[in-house]
Amino acid sequence: MTLSILIWVPLALALASALLPGRLAGRAAVVWSAVALAIAISFLARFSSGVAGLQFVTDDVWIASLGIHYKLGLDGLNVALVVLTTVIFLAATVWSAFRQWERPRTFYLHLGLAESAVLGAFCAQDLALFVAFFDLMLIPFYFLTGMWGGEQRVRATTKLVIYTLVGSLFMLVGAVATGVLASGQHHTHLTFVLSALHALPLSHSSQVWIFLCFAVAFLVKMPLVPFHGWLPDGYKAMPIPAIAVFSAILSKVAAYGFLRVVLPLFPYATVHFQTLMLIIALVSILWGTVVAMTTPDARMVVAYSSVAQLGFIVLGIFSLRTQGAQGALLQMVNHALVTAPLFFIIAALAARAGGSEKLADMGGIAFRAPVLATLFLIVTLATLAMPGSSNFIGEFMILLGVFNSKLAIAMVASVGVVGAAAYALRLYIRSMHNRVGPSVSSFEIRPGELLPLAGVAVVILVLAFYPQFGLQRSDATVTAEIGAVRLHSQSVYAQRGPTSNPPLTASAPQAAIGGTNSGSNTP
Amino acid sequence: MRIAALAALHGPYIDYASLMPFMILAGGALLVLLVGLLGSLIRERVVPVLTLATLAAAIVDEATRLNHPASILSGALAVDGLALVLDLVFAAAAIAAVLISLREVAPRAAGHGEYHSLLLFSVLGMAILVSAQSTVTLFVGFELLSIPLYVLCAAEFRREGSLESGLKYLVIGSVGSATLVYGLAMIYGATGYTQFQGIAATILGHGHHAMAGGLLGDPLLLTGLGLALVGFAFKASVAPFHQWTPDVYEGAPTPVTAFMATATKAAALGVMLRFFDVAVAGASATWAPALATIAAITIVVGNVGALQQTEIKRMLGYSGVAQAGYMLAGVVVATRLGVNATVLYLAFYLMMNIAAFSVIVALQQARADGDEISGLSGLGRRDPWLAWSMTIAMLALAGIPGTVGFIGKFQLIRALVDGGYTWLAIVLVIGSMISLGYYLRVAAAIWMRSEVPAPGAGLASAAVAGVGPGGLAPIAGGSPEADAALDGARSGPRFTEVTLVAAAFAAACVGFGVFPTPLFNLAAHAGRALFGLL
Repeated sequence: MTLSILIWVPLALALASALLPGRLAGRAAVVWSAVALAIAISFLARFSSGVAGLQFVTDDVWIASLGIHYKLGLDGLNVALVVLTTVIFLAATVWSAFRQWERPRTFYLHLGLAESAVLGAFCAQDLALFVAFFDLMLIPFYFLTGMWGGEQRVRATTKLVIYTLVGSLFMLVGAVATGVLASGQHHTHLTFVLSALHALPLSHSSQVWIFLCFAVAFLVKMPLVPFHGWLPDGYKAMPIPAIAVFSAILSKVAAYGFLRVVLPLFPYATVHFQTLMLIIALVSILWGTVVAMTTPDARMVVAYSSVAQLGFIVLGIFSLRTQGAQGALLQMVNHALVTAPLFFIIAALAARAGGSEKLADMGGIAFRAPVLATLFLIVTLATLAMPGSSNFIGEFMILLGVFNSKLAIAMVASVGVVGAAAYALRLYIRSMHNRVGPSVSSFEIRPGELLPLAGVAVVILVLAFYPQFGLQRSDATVTAEIGAVRLHSQSVYAQRGPTSNPPLTASAPQAAIGGTNSGSNTP
Repeated sequence: MRIAALAALHGPYIDYASLMPFMILAGGALLVLLVGLLGSLIRERVVPVLTLATLAAAIVDEATRLNHPASILSGALAVDGLALVLDLVFAAAAIAAVLISLREVAPRAAGHGEYHSLLLFSVLGMAILVSAQSTVTLFVGFELLSIPLYVLCAAEFRREGSLESGLKYLVIGSVGSATLVYGLAMIYGATGYTQFQGIAATILGHGHHAMAGGLLGDPLLLTGLGLALVGFAFKASVAPFHQWTPDVYEGAPTPVTAFMATATKAAALGVMLRFFDVAVAGASATWAPALATIAAITIVVGNVGALQQTEIKRMLGYSGVAQAGYMLAGVVVATRLGVNATVLYLAFYLMMNIAAFSVIVALQQARADGDEISGLSGLGRRDPWLAWSMTIAMLALAGIPGTVGFIGKFQLIRALVDGGYTWLAIVLVIGSMISLGYYLRVAAAIWMRSEVPAPGAGLASAAVAGVGPGGLAPIAGGSPEADAALDGARSGPRFTEVTLVAAAFAAACVGFGVFPTPLFNLAAHAGRALFGLL
């Protein structure tokens, strides 16, 4: 079985089920997202952990005249994220299947396209293919928000798309320039295959501006402060399944992009901009925490907590330490697993608070909904990184990495950990406990709320008891990649010649990450 | 004595076989014109079929010649890769125009024979233009392309907007032609050649009229180049010579607009490729910075202009200006990659625009406000075929992956970075960002807004009197053709040939966006024709 099947199954089955009558669309969607999860798990089961290189490689020429390959592969960086994507999409389709949607077939078709595009972006091992999937995954969200969203949806969705596509178009220039300049500077054929580009390091001046192009695209998508202008409107307008997927998965594609594309291809620029990126991450942590602690809107609490959490993830990546990057990868999974259920919970809370998502209108909901309260508490404790939760380990490793590289930034970032406890508990207490709100009429959890929530909560608990699950698979790849970047930075400092061409001393570990034929490939 | 002199002056050898692409079009045009004189029943049925058959024959002939480039008429015309690939584009645009005008007012108002014959003559002019190897044939093609279009724009001569459009195009187009011919004359004066090869050699200082060191910096040549550039810029609607575009697009019958937007643009950019990248390539140090600046200005002006439009044909007019700027960037780099990128984008541009204009034709047949963006509201419910076609066209024009627009921009950016014009690539991308503002507005109207009743839907008399969406007063005498068209099409969505054209070209936008290799190979013929095998 190739990765192509995994990627295209959601879209193909969603297209096929668009032929069914509209009332069956929800059930069909649950089936196709479950099939995708099953396929992803089969890949996870066959994944061999100690290997740094790519596994399950598919490599075909897509556009010969542009040197673009249709190359897919799994390694430690993306294997957990691929499984995570299928889990979250299944939760989102199950949640949707219990509700009535206008034009249901189009709705689920867009969800299927979104899942295919996200899986494609995670698996792509060709820079042009990655850019194509990265841009493509925005389109279904444009329609999901614009057609099924809340108030001000058209304005919000236009803002969302323009913000993120502006970043994407910079990335497009950066990607084309990477291929053209790399092949030009080394006099080889044009190629966009990542493993081939590793072997063609760019000149330092090219790396600097191309890094900025990619960074803008990824930072807008996450988003981090000051690129989050679309976030309040966008998150308010999106329908719940769309926002759950967007916040849980699409923001991770951007963070993953740093690990997959930026660090290995632009090591000089990565070191050059390390402090800048750490400061952006730090500002996002503080900004997100402060807003999440003060906003009156439950949905915005989760939205800005995501900003803070993604700040932590970027902090870990740009600590340029193995622990930091490992922690970032783990935290990507953890954050997705808490943010998606939080949005389902907010929908449940709104259903009990007369449709309002204001914290002031909630309160006392736990009294008549103990199961909902329990699930909510599990998710809350994971969000605030309670010791014992996987989130705790993730944040701990991130901070460990940053302490080792930039002490002052790590000290300030630690404040964010305390802030997380404050906003997560504030959300829980203000909605579930306190005085019963004026328009609240609470009731016990319904099957349509229970199924997706309980499913994700089980995964959270499993990861809490067994965090090595993700860590051991990513260890080899992350160690090789961070090792390559650090080796590079040391050789730059040793050389003291920042304008010269990057030295090739780092090529051995680089080859290890990018190597497609590391001998352990399973068909 | 006289007879002996004439006998000594033997004409050029004419290779009629290689002349076939032109003869098919010319013969077809004349035949269509004659058949158009027959009874009305015959001409309404036969003329479009004959036109389509002519174009199909031309396509088959051109496709078979792709691998056998030839120079004919003593080197006055070249039937090479660039010309043939662009000929295919013109023929495809013309076929689409014929199909979407089957139920339109324009062919009936102008007479079927005349309408279709003029269309074929225009295609012939385009073919001559992009084959031209000398300034004389260039100008002949240029005029043969333009004059039928002036008439076609005014084909609905009972509608004020159409007349205005035709007159405006005639005046502006004539100014452009005059400027061009003046520039060409000066280039002849400077170099002593009308043949492109001679001009190129003289500029570099190789020809026998040449001064040592060539003609770089020669004021006569520079003035000529500048004037010729202005002439081309008028035709390709490149800023700041684009002001006519939205007005003419808006007023002309929509099938004619569709043909003009795609084929004329391809012809103008095709001749610019040959003229700048071959004939005066030696002087690129003088024209390349100017052309690059103009391309950048065009991208910004077109995109910003389109943002404010509420009328969709005007919006597409400005969008066409912006896209001309993108393609001009491929001319600026003057490399094989640049030629390939421009020709590839021209083919893609054809697909995206024909899909969009076909949808507009279908909408105009169904509703009085079919050419307003607000008239698209709720189309997603009314007619999914048209809605998806328009959405795909807009996403492709915006350059979303999975569509041809993405591949086209990718190749253009590659050519620009490769040719050392990274700053122009950045301008192109900034232009694309601005363009999202208006392309997405159309998609939002289709899917995210509920239907607004057509203005005048209740006021049948207003619709019958032919009051257009722009509030144009009907010309005295009314328009019986328009009445019939409006009455006949008020009954819900129908799957007509217009929908078929829209869906087919939208499908091509996606199909070639995912598997673009055949078109890459086709465009490679063009680059090979100008820069040889490398």
